[in-house]
Amino acid sequence: MNLMGLFRSPQNELEKGGRKQDREETGINNTCPHCGALLPLSEQLENLNVCTACGYHFRMSPRERIAYLADEDTFEELFGELKSRDVLGFPGYDQKLRNAKLASREKEGVVCGTAEICSEKCALFFMDPNFMIGSMGTVVGEKITRLFEYALEHSLPVVGFTVSGGARMQEGILSLMQMAKTSGALRKHSDAGNFYLTVLTDPTTGGVTASFAMDGDVIMSEPGATIGFAGARVIEQTIRKKLPQGFQKAEFLLEHGFIDLIVPRSEQKETIAKLLKLHKRGSVQ
Amino acid sequence: MSAYDKVQLARSKGRATGLSYIETIFEDFIELHGDRRFGDDPAIVGGLATLRGKPVTVIAMEKGVEVKEKLRRNFGSPNPEGYRKALRLMKQAEKFHRPVVCFVDTAGAFCGMGAEERGQAQAIAENLSEMIDLKTPVISVLIGEGGSGGALALAVADRVWILENAVYSVISPEGCASILWKDPKKVKEAAECLSLTAQDMERLGVVEKVIPEEKDFGKVYEQLREDLSQELDTLGKLSLEELLQARYDRFRKF
Repeated sequence: MNLMGLFRSPQNELEKGGRKQDREETGINNTCPHCGALLPLSEQLENLNVCTACGYHFRMSPRERIAYLADEDTFEELFGELKSRDVLGFPGYDQKLRNAKLASREKEGVVCGTAEICSEKCALFFMDPNFMIGSMGTVVGEKITRLFEYALEHSLPVVGFTVSGGARMQEGILSLMQMAKTSGALRKHSDAGNFYLTVLTDPTTGGVTASFAMDGDVIMSEPGATIGFAGARVIEQTIRKKLPQGFQKAEFLLEHGFIDLIVPRSEQKETIAKLLKLHKRGSVQ
Repeated sequence: MSAYDKVQLARSKGRATGLSYIETIFEDFIELHGDRRFGDDPAIVGGLATLRGKPVTVIAMEKGVEVKEKLRRNFGSPNPEGYRKALRLMKQAEKFHRPVVCFVDTAGAFCGMGAEERGQAQAIAENLSEMIDLKTPVISVLIGEGGSGGALALAVADRVWILENAVYSVISPEGCASILWKDPKKVKEAAECLSLTAQDMERLGVVEKVIPEEKDFGKVYEQLREDLSQELDTLGKLSLEELLQARYDRFRKF
């Protein structure tokens, strides 16, 4: 150490120990993909992963959703033991599954269970954006089917958060069959007079939109979520034109009559609880 | 024959299209148009007919044969109003207790702006949900391309059959190659991996029967007329409860 340095005043920010704020920004900061604002992670988390500047809703894992929706310690997971197998021997699928498990810290692309929301008991599923973007394979279809069967048996409403790039192509036609399988279970649950609420989150596309996402008695969406059948790129290739801004966004679907309401994350718990209360069995005379 | 050869065969020019099945196998066909919501989709043809004297509702995807006709029919890629027309006819069949026969042949539901605006996904979802519980027998025959959700929207049935050289897949081999390997040249590999041939469908339990194709296609129609008529008789003997439970179980097993 230069002895002289002990006596001289700091020459720059680094020597001063850096700007405190800067240090926070470099390590634990997120840039909002919508407005470009630099968000300290702590602030973002506190705000339910919504940009404090523009209201952009970041994607969220099932466990994060459970934390803000379910009453404390009421969530009980169901069918968590089910794991996918590479049935068709699809090249690279095993590795993809391993990566997805690491990225999501879940065994599969959907988390199911029961919980209370403002003391209203319900069955829930949450698809996982970090597990192959919630792609639907056999196990995702099976868990959702079993959840509806469970809810039917226990006369529970189902609240389902969807996020999906569509059917999982590594399981070929068996993924496609999940659309019919889940539709059947939903139908039985519905025919018995049970309530099903879907909450569409970014992105909900393909086979999931074309089956259980669109089957809710009430269809809610997060603001700005992309919702559609075909992906934007596929449509642009088909029609050889650029799509207009806002195409396939939740607001676009609301305008075209395909969803009931858009609810920001901060109001979801309250709105869901209200809807559950209104559909409580025996509440209508 | 490789899987991709089969894909090409399923798409090949000159392959019999939906309307020719309706016209050859059935009698007294009367086409019924429109979904009563928005329009009439020429990519799906439907109506009433008789099979050996018994009334049936028949619905087929139609790609068209000549260029002009192909354009008019959007190459057999339905819009939401096509699926809604099909559903309307199926509900009508339910009301009048006649069975439904569907012929499936599409590269997929159309991926256009209008299709999205009018709820392509919602239309397919509704068909799946209604077909699994349709209170009358349904048989679907995959005759060419079975393109993903757009094909399944007419294939939630008591019996699903497939022609020997038809294919059924969650995604086209082209789509799979470009998404998964970012290399459109790997279509052959993709076709192989996707397990999409008629033989794969039988092995995986997705279809009950593979219908052999013959050089003289008249024999195929003949066989189908015989098989459809027999199978509808069998299904007609089941109680409604048995029929619907069996259909539910058929798809529950996947």
